[in-house]
Amino acid sequence: MSFLDRIQSHHLDVLKEVGNIGAGHAATALSKLLNKVIDMRVPSVRVISFSEITELVGGPDQVVAAIFLRLEGDAPGSMFFMVPVKEAEQLTRHVTGDEDFQLQEPPFQELGLSALEEIGNILAGSYLSSLSDFTKLNLQPSVPALSIDMSGAILSYGLLELSQVVDYAIVIDTKISEVERSEEQLSGHFFLLPDPESFEKMLKALGVPVNE
Amino acid sequence: MNDVVKVGMADLNIVKPPHTIRTSGLGSCVGVVLYDQCAKVAGMAHIMLPESSLGKSGSINVAKYADTAILELIHRLEKAGARIGSLKAKIAGGAQMFNFSSANEMMRIGPRNVEAVKQQLKQLRIRLVSEDVGGSSGRTIEFNPETSVLRIRTVSKGEAEI
Repeated sequence: MSFLDRIQSHHLDVLKEVGNIGAGHAATALSKLLNKVIDMRVPSVRVISFSEITELVGGPDQVVAAIFLRLEGDAPGSMFFMVPVKEAEQLTRHVTGDEDFQLQEPPFQELGLSALEEIGNILAGSYLSSLSDFTKLNLQPSVPALSIDMSGAILSYGLLELSQVVDYAIVIDTKISEVERSEEQLSGHFFLLPDPESFEKMLKALGVPVNE
Repeated sequence: MNDVVKVGMADLNIVKPPHTIRTSGLGSCVGVVLYDQCAKVAGMAHIMLPESSLGKSGSINVAKYADTAILELIHRLEKAGARIGSLKAKIAGGAQMFNFSSANEMMRIGPRNVEAVKQQLKQLRIRLVSEDVGGSSGRTIEFNPETSVLRIRTVSKGEAEI
C-alpha cells in the first residue's frame, strides 16, 4: 500500500499547520512589499485527483501567472505561487510604478516580468524559510521560473514526481488576498506539492509519524 | 457546450458525432487523438508519462502512460466500431513549460512523452497525420470526429487547426 493511502485526517491537520506557518510569513512579506493589508485564508489541505487541482484556480485553461520553484534538500517537492493574469498585472504595476505593464499579449516588458519573478521569489522564500525553521528540515529552493500560461499546463509540471506513484495529490493550498475590497483586489494561491517521500519526512519532523 | 466530452489529466475517452472531445491545459503532457474517418469515431488520451514502467506502485492508471493509453484507446475504439487498419493519429503537447538547467530528467518530460507516443504509433502501424508539439506553451485541444479536425488553442498564439 502506498504511503499516501495511510495518510489520515490528523496528518492533514498537521500539514495544514505547515501551510499556515509558511503562508503567514509570505502574507506578511507581501503586506510590506505592497504597503497594503494582506489577509491569509486558513490553508486547505486536500487529497484530490490531478484534474481537481486545476479546478482550484478556475479550470485547466484559466490563464495565470505562476512562479514555480523546485524544492531540494530533505523534503523535495514543488511549489507554486499562482495569480490570475489581471491581478499579476496590478501587482507588477504597483511594485514597478509602470502603469503600462500588461500581460494580455506578448511581448511582455522584461523589467515587469523580472519584478514579478522577484515578488514570487520573496514570497516563496519567506514561505520556505519559516517552514524550514519550524520543521528543522533543510529546504533549498531552486531559482524561480515564471510562466504566463494555462494553469493545467503549469501545475502538471509539479505533479510529475507524484504521478509516478499515485493519481492524486495532497495539496497544501493557501489563498491570500487584499483585505480592502476594491477593484484592484489581489488574490493568489500558494500550492505546496511535496514529493511522495517528503510527506513522511515532514510529518516525522513535526512529531506525528505515520504508522505502518 | 454539452456536446463536448472532456478528458482530464491522465484520462481518456472516446466520442462519436455530434459530440466533440476536448482536453484542456496540456503542458508537458501529450494529447493523442486516434480516429477512424469512415466509422466516425475518435478517442483521446491526456498522457502524462512516457512508459508504464515508470509507475512505482502496483496498479496503474492506463490512461497516464503513452504505451498503455494508446493500446487502451485502440481497444475501446474497436469496440465502438472502428477498424484498426484505418486508424489515424493526431497529437499535440509535449511542451517544456519551464526552462531549468537542472539535471533532473523529469524536467525534460515533454520531449520524452512525444518520442514515446510516436514510437508506440509506429510500432502499431498507425499513421501520424499531423502534430503540434514542443515549444513552451500550454495547449487546449478539441477534436471533431465528424470532420477529423483537431483545433488547438494556445495562450499566446491563438487558435490553429491541424
